[in-house]
Amino acid sequence: MRLTMLQKILWGAAGLATVAWLGWIIPQANTKAGITFDEASVFRPEFSLADASGTLRSNADFSGKFLLVFFGFTNCPDVCPTTLSEVAQVMDDLGPDSARVQPLFISVDPERDRKLGLADFTAAFHTAIIGLAGTEAETRAAADSFKIYYERETDPAGPDGYTMSHSPALYLIGPEGDWLGQFSYGTSAAVILADLQSRL
Amino acid sequence: MKHLIPALLVLMAATPALACETYTVGDLTIEHAWSRATIGAGRPAVFYVEITNAGSVDDALVSIASPAAASPMLHETVVTDGIASMPHAMSIPVPAGQTLNLAPGGYHGMLMGLTTALNEGDSFPMTLTFQKAGDVTVNVEVLSLRAEGPDCVHAGQ
Repeated sequence: MRLTMLQKILWGAAGLATVAWLGWIIPQANTKAGITFDEASVFRPEFSLADASGTLRSNADFSGKFLLVFFGFTNCPDVCPTTLSEVAQVMDDLGPDSARVQPLFISVDPERDRKLGLADFTAAFHTAIIGLAGTEAETRAAADSFKIYYERETDPAGPDGYTMSHSPALYLIGPEGDWLGQFSYGTSAAVILADLQSRL
Repeated sequence: MKHLIPALLVLMAATPALACETYTVGDLTIEHAWSRATIGAGRPAVFYVEITNAGSVDDALVSIASPAAASPMLHETVVTDGIASMPHAMSIPVPAGQTLNLAPGGYHGMLMGLTTALNEGDSFPMTLTFQKAGDVTVNVEVLSLRAEGPDCVHAGQ
């Protein structure tokens, strides 16, 4: 088949439009789905924190598994239960593939959380979730390594006179330890599940 | 006899869960009052509700009180630049003609100083105080820790 000049121009224009559209839609799609990937900043977060039984757990211990990491505190009534419920739903829905995914809850309020009980908190959502609560210094080092923020805020009306503000996203770490992306707060279990299934 | 089972099913479907009860005070309709089960009584519980203002005057939810918790407070979860914080809300507007949702990730009641742990299936009273409409007491249904809200089927919807 021979194309006329007009046909060639039209096909060319269609091609350019497609490229332009993809360039616009791909970043849009990533943020709209609540998933952010930043190819330019591949890094490997590191942590070494005690679990509920006092055993130190580090990123190397989970090599070969995908990690779903959430930083929070157990006194948090709204954001933390909502996100951990989504994580629990994802783990249930993964079925046998759940063996390849390790959800971690890293406390940003470790001293109080150890007192309140870390294991009963995580188990109430899903027995697969491992809770980690290190020292202040270890916790700050882990947060810095994930490039996330948390801070203790004075709140005279709050329990013990303070509350925590923190990055509420869920972070995905690959089997090699690479930071793969984050699911922003409020991303549904279905979206997280679909993303994980596409990688497993 | 063969009509008994369908009749029972209709009866069950017509008996809504507690969280699906509707309350009114003035021009306000209050429904879907629910909470999540807690792990013991040492951590704060949460309170969610839906308030519709059918009137022509703006109102505001100014406080909540319950025998279930010594210090219930109104809060808002705010996510700014990827940081979640939970400022205390002095009052929450219920504008005329609009519906205010206290729901996961936004406005919510934080129930500190629980009298007892909240278990799924429990219920407790909550008195809401509005600036203009005054007080109304609703029953709050305790759903599972993983619940995202009550499952209500309203007649005619």
